Amino acid sequence: MKLNPGYKTCIGCAEPIIVSQVLDSIENPIIVSLATGCLEVASTKPSDKIWPVPVIHSTFGNSAATISGVESAIKVLQKKGQLKKDVKLLVIAGDGGTLDIGLQALSGALERNHDFVFLCMDNGAYMNTGGQRSSASPYKVKTSTTPSGKITFRKDIIEIVKAHNIPYIAQASLADLDDLKRKAKKAFESKGPAFINVMSPCIRFWKFDMIHLRKVSDLSLNTCFWPLYEIENGIYNITRKPDKKIPIKDFLEIQKRFSDLTSEDILEIQKYVDKKWDYLVSMSDNN
Amino acid sequence: MKVKALNGQQAAVEALRQIDPEVIPAYPITPTTGIPEGYSKLISENKVSGTLINVESEHSALSACVGASSTGVRTATATASQGLMYMSEVIPVVSGLRLPILMYVGNRAISAPINIHCDHSDSMSVRDQGWIQIYCEKAQEVYDLSFIGLKLAEQVKLPVMICMDGFITTHTLEPVKIESDVKIEKFVGEFRPKNTLIDFKKPKVFGTFTMPDEYIDYKENEEIAMKNALQLYDNINMQYNRLFDNKFYPKVSHYKTRYADYVIVAMSSVCGLIKDVVDELRGEGFKAGLLKVRLYRPFPYKDVEDALKNAKGVVVLDRSASFGSKPPLFSDVKNCFIGSIQSYVFGLGGRDITKEDIKEVFKKMERKDYDHTVRYIR
Repeated sequence: MKLNPGYKTCIGCAEPIIVSQVLDSIENPIIVSLATGCLEVASTKPSDKIWPVPVIHSTFGNSAATISGVESAIKVLQKKGQLKKDVKLLVIAGDGGTLDIGLQALSGALERNHDFVFLCMDNGAYMNTGGQRSSASPYKVKTSTTPSGKITFRKDIIEIVKAHNIPYIAQASLADLDDLKRKAKKAFESKGPAFINVMSPCIRFWKFDMIHLRKVSDLSLNTCFWPLYEIENGIYNITRKPDKKIPIKDFLEIQKRFSDLTSEDILEIQKYVDKKWDYLVSMSDNN
Repeated sequence: MKVKALNGQQAAVEALRQIDPEVIPAYPITPTTGIPEGYSKLISENKVSGTLINVESEHSALSACVGASSTGVRTATATASQGLMYMSEVIPVVSGLRLPILMYVGNRAISAPINIHCDHSDSMSVRDQGWIQIYCEKAQEVYDLSFIGLKLAEQVKLPVMICMDGFITTHTLEPVKIESDVKIEKFVGEFRPKNTLIDFKKPKVFGTFTMPDEYIDYKENEEIAMKNALQLYDNINMQYNRLFDNKFYPKVSHYKTRYADYVIVAMSSVCGLIKDVVDELRGEGFKAGLLKVRLYRPFPYKDVEDALKNAKGVVVLDRSASFGSKPPLFSDVKNCFIGSIQSYVFGLGGRDITKEDIKEVFKKMERKDYDHTVRYIR
């Protein structure tokens, strides 16, 4: 299953591509809980028939709590024999709906061990409201609320999620769609909560040329800004290493949101990326 | 029918046992912690078929209710005070999605300053959000109105709050007449909503995105549903009365109102005290009466208007304020009565109200002591 045409996202938006890959990864019936965000407003007008699956949208921060209720209801219906299908549950939220306003509901749902997949599409700011910073916004990025550059680094959501000891966590991107699809399938098939963090480049607020959508994604992989890896029952595995690790500068300079960086800024970012990458390599090499 | 000694929370748990909702997401808060506690005990004893979700906050409690109810199952929860405040973002989502969720509220003051005792500020703050609100005087009403409220909610597709006074009704043991499981099951019936999230053949979006060309239509439909609820309430109450003799819960209850010169309008547990005062004053030849409002949303304007039409004076006792305006119950009653009427606020944060206070209120009416201010009984 894929999203039907007619969604009103910006031209070149990565979100429908990501969601279609995830929906298409399994055959089971799926119910989606959407957080408020770009995709939600662009796809849920009553007259539009974008979604091939049932969808619920309630508020910005509660999508994981909403799915808790759906999952509990489904389990009771299955126990009573009133529902025979093996239904899969999917939450879709942006970085705001995951790392910021949605973090408490996400943490609660993970701790309660509901059987669902949480898909975070991270575009590094509140794009639906005009590009204000979130806790996923990278260091020194210019957003509408950090016009002279963000002074803190990103929140590491994967490590936060990992601390809940859930069976499956993955990071994916447009750089490898087959990898994304495979991870989505694994997430759906794992028992209990699963979390997938996908980078979703935003042409409008990352300020790059539309033709570079793929290039930005490839650079995020090859600079190790956005590594592709998974954590299965606590075991790290880098699913695709960069062909050759290249400087972070190449990823930054293609996007105008990182304009006016000083060489010190770039050095700081490089150090941060290296530290994260080294940690990841050491964790997966230890296996 | 058998009589059990129960407090309001236990009466709610007993009603929930008989309704047997599939999902109860709840977060404990004083003074309604006894409801999730009591229900989890029922689950551990295999006396119910549903599940309790011990969520991490009230916001998530009501959010999980939205998920469960949209899936097509009966859903209930309980909260109070700050919990209801924390839920308040989701409150209009529930009514907007037309989900008949049953929620118990143990009416409690809201911060600041923090206070765990009774007043109605919590549920009054969400009175205009499309929820049916029923205010109970005692545990017996909590029990019976759970079924009436749920049936009404499911018929008009609006959520319902069953409100009881915190630490008064929630914690006072009373004899409660419990009906048989079979008869209650017959009254409550099955819940079979037309639209659910598990309809995979015709997948729907719950919680759509609307523009100015559509939004107001959804909201007008909520108004129409409220209007229907007002009409249906009496039918459902009659049905209940036919099954259970001596149980009759009209939208408003008269207590010596008809030939009273002076009437107090009030809700919830204070009505018991007012009845005592009415009796004492009647003994002195003073024509006092009480009008108890049970169904607060939708507000029964006509019933109130009819009840008050012969009164020389009316006082409305509110257990919550509307700072900078007139208190909620007063504002609604004022719309039903042309004549001398006075607003009093009492009992905020559990402040005691005495018979003497109420007598004084009646006597002031006789002395034609009215003004346009909101008077506080302290």
